[in-house]
Amino acid sequence: MATEVSTDTVEEKIFDGLVELGTDRAALSREATLESIDVDSLDLVELAQIVEDEFGVELRGDDVKDVRTVGEVIELVVAKAG
Amino acid sequence: MRRRVVITGVGAVTPLGVGSEPLIERWSAGECGIEDGAGRCREFDPLDFLSKKEARRLDRFAQMAIAAAEEALAQAGAADELPYEGHRVGCVIGTGIGGLPSLEEQQRKLIESGAKAVSPLAVPLMMGNAAAAAVAMRHDLHGHTYGVVSACAAGAHALGDASRIIRAGDADMVVAGGAEAAITGVATAAFAAMEATSPSGISRPFDARRDGFVMGEGAGVLVLEEAESAAARGAEILGEVLGYGATCDGFHLTAPQPEGLEAARAISLAIADAGLSAVDVDYVNAHGTSTLLNDRSETMALKLALGERAGDVPVSSTKSAIGHLLGAAGAVEAIATVEALRRRLAPPTIGWEEAEEGLDLDYVPDSARPLESRNGDGRLVAISDSFGFGGHNAVLCLAV
Repeated sequence: MATEVSTDTVEEKIFDGLVELGTDRAALSREATLESIDVDSLDLVELAQIVEDEFGVELRGDDVKDVRTVGEVIELVVAKAG
Repeated sequence: MRRRVVITGVGAVTPLGVGSEPLIERWSAGECGIEDGAGRCREFDPLDFLSKKEARRLDRFAQMAIAAAEEALAQAGAADELPYEGHRVGCVIGTGIGGLPSLEEQQRKLIESGAKAVSPLAVPLMMGNAAAAAVAMRHDLHGHTYGVVSACAAGAHALGDASRIIRAGDADMVVAGGAEAAITGVATAAFAAMEATSPSGISRPFDARRDGFVMGEGAGVLVLEEAESAAARGAEILGEVLGYGATCDGFHLTAPQPEGLEAARAISLAIADAGLSAVDVDYVNAHGTSTLLNDRSETMALKLALGERAGDVPVSSTKSAIGHLLGAAGAVEAIATVEALRRRLAPPTIGWEEAEEGLDLDYVPDSARPLESRNGDGRLVAISDSFGFGGHNAVLCLAV
């Protein structure tokens, strides 16, 4: 059963996911750019797997190719779920 | 005149500890790193060398290669800044199997949870060139860079290739070696199924009671450098790669050619490549796996290659102290050889007690022994044997 999608639940899951991938939690914020926290295309694919497991939302490489900040990733997941 | 290749740094992760120092010191003291029938690197913690993020993107064999390369490059004075332009520095690191733990984990995910559960990191984790790629990326190396895959000869082939790349003028420095971390369920079961590994869990090369090899893991990395350039920048010269010989049995997938004919040829080629004769060899670091077949055919090969005075040359096997590191073995053993020559001693074949008919070389039983220059020129010359499944033979001639 997928978790209910809200900005807060998605943010929590994505922050947890990025920490699991090796990002420092202190460096995380919605405004942080992916580049500044060293998140690359491989991380985004892993993050997409976590998001799909949790919310049933499928993200493809094309969906995230122009995403710049952590907040934009969260918004994308929320929008896709909607 | 031919470009000469010297060694200016060594680094190792082995069951005797993290570093080349514990490898040679503990082996020379007769200590064995094998516990519960396996040579595991219990003291190795990847987070001592890598961030959490870097560590999870590398399989254990590549993590160990990073640690070994760090030590070797630091010793060469090249860890923070390369002494040459990046395109003049290569990286050749061998492995027998590659990222097997990662492959087994992803296979489990595929079966249990389906294709979508397989990690996008699976391929870069398990590819056999991952160690070379990771070391090159970390140290900005842009010259010849690749993995070598030739089973238990991979580490020696990597060093041989690296020395040829420098000799040919394609690089001034090559970071080279081998790495392996394959003590997994599948590999352990597979080697046991073919009766290659020791049921007793004891590695005692050349002893009549030997019953197979003991699986080990680890990494060895050397910094090879063109001699004149190394001297010009004031690098400490640890030793020299004088020669390299490689042949293939073309005989059987796993068993060595029983008389060691092609292994002997590889030894002779390495000695000739060094411009020397058999009488110049002061020490042999044997492949010495502790299997029935290898130790017999290798003894025959040494007799063929070294001639009637083969019995005068001390022959010992590092595998008696750390087990068989497969694709890392040739590199770790080259380091052990150079460090033994530097200390002017032959470390022992630990556990050797019972002779077998025909296995009658000087296997350095009991304890380490001083090495002497047999031809009296003061320089110590050794050969380091590596033989792999597939009949691959790679032999290095090293000197200090």
